[in-house]
Formats: sequence, structure tokens, C-alpha cells
Amino acid sequence: MKALRTIRRYFRDAVKGVVRNFSLSLASISCITITLVVVATSIIISYNVENFAESIRQDVTIVIFLDSDATEEDRNRIEESIRNTGNVESLIFKSKQESAEDARNENEIFSTIVDGWTDDTNPLLDSFMLKVKDVEKIKENAEDIKELDKVNSVNYGEDIVDQLITVFKVVEKIAIGAVVALIVVTAFLISNTIKLAIFSRRTEIEIMRLVGASNISIKVPFILEGLFLGIIGSIIPIIIMIYGYISLYDFFDGKLFSSSLAQLIEPYPFVYLASLLLLGIGMLVGMFGSWRAVRKYLKV
Amino acid sequence: MELIRIADVQKTYKNGVVALYDFNLSIKKGEFVFIIGASGSGKSTLIKMLYRAEKPEKGSIIIGGINVAKLKDRKVYILRRKLGVVFQDFKLLPKLTVFENVAFAMEVFGCDKNEIQKRVMQVLDLVGLKHKVRQYPNQLSGGEQQRVVIARAIVNKPKLLICDEPTGNLDPDTSMEIMKVLDNINRMGTTVIMATHDRDIVNRMQKRVIVIEEGKLVKDYERGQYYHEGAKNY
Ligand SMILES: Nc1ncnc2c1ncn2[C@@H]1O[C@H](COP(=O)(O)OP(=O)(O)OP(=O)(O)O)[C@@H](O)[C@H]1O
Ligand SMILES: [Mg+2]
Repeated sequence: MKALRTIRRYFRDAVKGVVRNFSLSLASISCITITLVVVATSIIISYNVENFAESIRQDVTIVIFLDSDATEEDRNRIEESIRNTGNVESLIFKSKQESAEDARNENEIFSTIVDGWTDDTNPLLDSFMLKVKDVEKIKENAEDIKELDKVNSVNYGEDIVDQLITVFKVVEKIAIGAVVALIVVTAFLISNTIKLAIFSRRTEIEIMRLVGASNISIKVPFILEGLFLGIIGSIIPIIIMIYGYISLYDFFDGKLFSSSLAQLIEPYPFVYLASLLLLGIGMLVGMFGSWRAVRKYLKV
Repeated sequence: MELIRIADVQKTYKNGVVALYDFNLSIKKGEFVFIIGASGSGKSTLIKMLYRAEKPEKGSIIIGGINVAKLKDRKVYILRRKLGVVFQDFKLLPKLTVFENVAFAMEVFGCDKNEIQKRVMQVLDLVGLKHKVRQYPNQLSGGEQQRVVIARAIVNKPKLLICDEPTGNLDPDTSMEIMKVLDNINRMGTTVIMATHDRDIVNRMQKRVIVIEEGKLVKDYERGQYYHEGAKNY
């Protein structure tokens, strides 16, 4: 019973604290709100980019054409060398006959052309289709493979992949930088709010000390106050995030650029997990800010 | 039974001032002890060390089995729960009523509402302020405010009440009223230690008197002894 009453008093004091310095509380809450909206946007972007990158990763194929005079031995040697790079998800050999067959099935025009070829006049080349595990090493691998004897050419749409990877990395870095900066500013603001709360109650604190309140029971309400600021500040971002993402998903029908590659992440349970993450960040930032103030300004 | 034992205490402030040295003192349960001495002699320093607002660099201060001189910061509250403190400046919360100011000291511990109501009224009655429970501190006279502070100091039933010039801001008549309250509290079993400048009060009360001079205990008068001897040569 006694513990329950004590806890109730902690909560009451914390709520009172939020209300008492309302303008400052509001500033802190707004700051958390802004931070978390940015965090939410970053989460949505980075997870989708990650998802997108993953689909590319699974889809990027290096096509390795062999010289027309490559023998069966050459073929085996090349295959072995490729496997030795250690970055092989799958490796499929495609003979020029198979390639011709594929082309024949593509459309009418190809079909008539291909029909005119024999094995000897077939101008296509034998090839390997390589899917790599780590797309970031794709350039390196492609260059190594190009050096091999009897390799005619290596293709993987290098420009697009390279550019995409660079763009993703830049976007990710900017997002992380912005979030970190905002979190620091917010924690500082909360710390200041709590500092003011502590100052405005210093007589009260002094009396509490004098009558024998333990350090914890003096500190907890202030830490809770920061926690509440964090929780209140995360409400709006969570709402924006849930409704915003669902509408975005519906608007694009789950796809960007009508490409099957650029799939958006399914809204459920993604928005809920992301909301939890936002709430968690809000609470942590709030507690960290108030903890800092309490540690600095509530010495015995 | 001994409640406080101070042995070989020395206190030097950061600026190098030696406020107390070679200090030895024993106080029994239930005693009423005055601490007198010129301004700057070290009375407040002694009081502050009793409730561990200051720490001596040498010696021991044992209060009810706790060595206050070695008490860790985070355990100070254990000592504070055993004693009440009253100052010259009242330190009441201006936005709370008389009742709430006293109740505050109990709420801190999560006491039950009915228990608080009962006990607060009881102590306010004891200090003679039962009729002013709903007033705010700025609606009270200095003597009344000091009585609220005393009520707050004893609401949690401490074994020891420490007062640093509780009558310092009050006129002689009001001071005597406060002294009656303190005497009552003492008669009910609480040990009272009071630092003061007011020789008149000390004379009238006929209690044990300790004289400090320049940080050293120079005289320790038994009950009533001060009136006969000390008053002449202090
Ligand atoms: N916080 C402090 N820092 C440095 N010196 C101090 C501090 N507090 C007190 N002193 C010095 O210690 C000595 C004793 O001071 P103390 O306050 O104990 O005297 P006092 O007997 O209570 O005087 P008064 O009757 O004026 O209240 C004085 O010389 C004072 O200047
Ligand atoms: Mg003093």
C-alpha cells in the first residue's frame, strides 16, 4: 500500500511538473515531435531503401560472355575461377543455343532471325549468369573476371547499380546525421526544462532532504517528468507515421515506378514496429535529458 | 541512555577556517541542551554536523548508533528520519497551507491519508495552531510560522529535535512561546538541542548549557547551574 502511494505521488509530481512549466514543456515536446517525425521519415526511407537494395541484390546478374573459341576446358576453368571469388550466390551456364532459344521465344522478329541460324552461324556467345552474394563487391568481381583468359566481356548494368548504391549510402548518412543532431538538441532542451523544474522546486527539495526523503524518491519524479515529455512528444509522430505510411502505400499501390523491383514494405506490422521504435526513442531521449539534469543539479 | 556522542571532532571549512576542534560532547536521551557562544564561535557548524549537512574531517559523531561523520551521502536520509530540524528562517512552502506544509513531510514517505490527517492535526494542536490550518504562511506572524516549522519537524516523531536560533527573528514574548512549545516537546520525550544567542531565554529555561568559544567547548553547565554561575561570567 505504502509503495503504491509512493508511486502515485511520483506520478502526480511528474505530471504537475509538466504542467507547471508549461511553455518549456511545450518547447521540449515540440522538439521531440519534430525529431521523431524526422526519425519516422528516416525509418521509412531507410527500411524501404534497404528492402529495395535487397531486391536488387537478389536480382543483379553479371553476364559473362566467353570467347567464341572457348573450349569445354576453358569453360570449366572459368567457372572454377568465378567460384573461387567466394561471392557467388548462383552461377548458371547458358550455351549459345540456349540463348538463341530464349531469343526465339522473345518475339516474332527474333524468332525469324534465329530460325535462319545453324550451330555454326549462331553469332551468340556462350555465357555464365552470375548472381553475387554481396552486391557491393560486384565491381571488383566483374573486373577480376574480365581478366580471365577466354572471357570476352562482362556486363552487369554497372552504372545503375553503382549509382544506386552510392545514393543509398548518402541518403542513409544524411538521415543518421540529422537524427543524431536532433536527438542531441532535444535531449539538451529536456535537460534544461528539468533543470528549471528543479530550480523552481528547490525549497521543496531542500525540505524533502531535511525530513529524510531518500535520493531516489527525490529524483524519480523528475526523471518521470522527462519520460512523460518523451511519451507526449511521440504521440503526433506515431499518428503521422501510421496514417502517412498507410496512405503512401495505398497511393502507390505498394510499388514505386510501377516496377516490380521497387516494392514498398507491407504496412503491417511495419508501422507498429516503427511506432514502438519511435516511442522507445522518445522515452529514452526524455529520460536521458532529465537524468542528465538530475545528475547535474540535484546533488546532495 | 546516551543518544549522541561526539568525540575528537575537528571541522575545517574549505577556505581553511577551523570552525570546531578537539570537540567532545555526550548528550543523553531526553535532555534539553542549549548551545551558546559568540557569533562565529561554531554553533551552527556543530548543528550542521549533527544532521550531516557538513562532515567533520576528524573524529566521530554517533547519533543513535549511526556514525554520522562517516555516513555516505546516499544514506543521509536514514539519519534525517530520526531527527527534526528547525532554522531561524522558516523555509515554509508559500503555496501550501499550514496543514499542507506539515503534511508534506509525511507525504514524502507515502503515509496513508487518514494517518496524515490525524497526526498533522495532533501536532498543530501541540504547537497551538489548530485554528489556522487553512491559512497560508504569508498570513501568519513570524512566531506562528516558526510553530508550523516545529510542527513539521516533529510530525514524523523524531527522537531528536535540532534547532538553530529558532527564536532569532522573534520578539521576546513570541520567543518565550516558542520555548514553551519546545519544552513541551522535550517533556514528551524528544531530545532537544538548540543553538541560540538569547541569554535571557537560556537563563529562564534552566537547562543544560554548553558554551563554545572559537570552535572549542569551554563550559558544560548542568541543569540550572548556568543561571547561578554562568550568567555572571559569560
Ligand atoms: N560554509 C562555510 N564556509 C567557510 N567558512 C564557514 C562556513 N560556515 C561557517 N564558516 C566559518 O566557521 C566559523 C563558525 O561559523 P558558525 O556559523 O558555526 O558560527 P555560529 O556560532 O553559528 O555564528 P552565529 O552565531 O553568527 O550564527 C566562522 O568563522 C564562519 O565564518
Ligand atoms: Mg549560526
